[in-house]
Amino acid sequence: MNQLIDVKNITLDPNRLVEEGRVVSTMYTSPELFDTEQEKIFRKTWVWVAHESEVPDKGAFKLSTVGREPVIVVRDRKRNIHVMLNRCRHRGATVCEIDKGKTSSFQCPYHGWGYGLDGSLRAIPHPEQYGEEFDKAQLGLFTLRTESYNGMVFATFNDDIEPLEEFLGAAKKWIDLFMKQGGGYPVKTLGEHQFSVPMNWKVQLENTTDAYHFPIVHKSFLQSLDEEAEETFTFLDGEGFVEDLGNGHSVMVMIPELVDLEEDLDRKIPERFEALAEELRNEGYPDEQVRRIVRAVGGSGFNLNLFPNVACSMAFFRVLTPVAVDKTDIRHIALGMDGGPSAANRIRLRLHEHFQGPMGFGSPDDAEVWERIQRGVESGTELPILVNRGIEKEAQGEAGPRGHVSDETGMRAAYAMWKRMMQE
Amino acid sequence: MKNSEQDNLLWRVAQFIWNEAATLDAREYDSWLDLWNPDGLYIIPIEEAEDYAEVLNLCYDDDKMRRDRIKRFQDGFSISSAPPAITARTVSRFVIDAVDGETVVVSCAQHLVEDKFGRQRLWAANVHYTLTATDSGFMLQKKVVRLLNSDGVLNSFSYLF
Repeated sequence: MNQLIDVKNITLDPNRLVEEGRVVSTMYTSPELFDTEQEKIFRKTWVWVAHESEVPDKGAFKLSTVGREPVIVVRDRKRNIHVMLNRCRHRGATVCEIDKGKTSSFQCPYHGWGYGLDGSLRAIPHPEQYGEEFDKAQLGLFTLRTESYNGMVFATFNDDIEPLEEFLGAAKKWIDLFMKQGGGYPVKTLGEHQFSVPMNWKVQLENTTDAYHFPIVHKSFLQSLDEEAEETFTFLDGEGFVEDLGNGHSVMVMIPELVDLEEDLDRKIPERFEALAEELRNEGYPDEQVRRIVRAVGGSGFNLNLFPNVACSMAFFRVLTPVAVDKTDIRHIALGMDGGPSAANRIRLRLHEHFQGPMGFGSPDDAEVWERIQRGVESGTELPILVNRGIEKEAQGEAGPRGHVSDETGMRAAYAMWKRMMQE
Repeated sequence: MKNSEQDNLLWRVAQFIWNEAATLDAREYDSWLDLWNPDGLYIIPIEEAEDYAEVLNLCYDDDKMRRDRIKRFQDGFSISSAPPAITARTVSRFVIDAVDGETVVVSCAQHLVEDKFGRQRLWAANVHYTLTATDSGFMLQKKVVRLLNSDGVLNSFSYLF
């Protein structure tokens, strides 16, 4: 596993790029490989595009991407969600450049072709020159197959892929658990922080299932916590685990007591949330509801990594967009309780700002080490990148191989899926 | 207020804000903390809001968070801020928006250039101050930094605006 790799002969062979417990550096640096990934992965599988709360009403839309391709996610008058390429069918201009908003239609700024909320071509200026063959029904915005699970909206170019729920499989249970941080309310998005990091997208894919880095990279975050919270986040010696959930998905449980937020409601309220509990009691919330909200307010004790582009990460969504072989855009989307007490949502916002964003105590340090990986792997391409931690101690979990919380089981799950898709 | 009084106030406000800018460029953070009223708020929003407490910001710092942030810069365990970028900023276009007793509300424009590992980035912001006049000079009660591209891709700041 630690041996040098004869890189000349394996540049684009998925079977050799990923072998048990190691990958080849060109996985992060080959532009050809990146283009193949767009075709064989991002155009072939379910890709996360939005949370339903981002398009709450009729006519609400947001811009997103499937792989590198810009799409519009929009809710129509019948409340159905459509995902469409942001590209006029006439000469290809984008029909929307506003990140999010509300509209009744999309109009191309070039020649004025107008599209409905379901993407259908409604009207074009001076249609007479097109003759009788012109069929508006064939010239709607290109629409992707779209399905949702528990508020998570996914789209795909692949009409032959299995239904979303089958693709998610064992991950569904964890999505359901994650959404319990609504504390009895639906989960809604509360805004986001954006990064663009000079790194390959798979560096990010690995990181959300990497607990090993936490006490090192996030030492300055840990030092800013009170004693009790610091103990909660010092999880490498705990009972946590990482499990392969199939199809490239994995879950990393860091804080086992925060897996099911609707259980153990009589647990002691953490010191850092005492003031919130008091405020809610004073506002007249019954004790049980106070406990439920307070237990949910800090988020879940696990990261769920969904192949290939989204993670439900403790208290937020982390979404990646592969921009180029050495450039990846990342969004950290804050979550709150839709209709819940604003005192609780304020705490969630402050917790998000504490770790995430350009001034967070966590994300900037993550971004720094990701960038260093991309710089480092330009040298010594014959040296393997190791993802073998814990490989010999893995046991069978509920859905697949399970290892210690700091093991690289989740990365191996993602790379196994990568290899499978790249060989198809 | 007479013209001469207003000119004098503008001059004193500008001097205070220039000194604050120099303090931040010099990374003299302990001195910067001393400029604050304990219940003051240092906010860098993402979007305009009536009450920034109710929305997601880049930072929403009360006294404790300001101190924690500076401790993080000073302790040297944060790989993204050790070493920090170095900065040079100019502040200008001061406008006094309101004066009420000891409270002065003032707006200005700020341009900041950062340099780290030879890579430079340029930022522009409208900055809104609420200052309290005391016998020993002004104190910061509120500082809201509205970066022009606050809702865009910002990556990482290893210094303060």
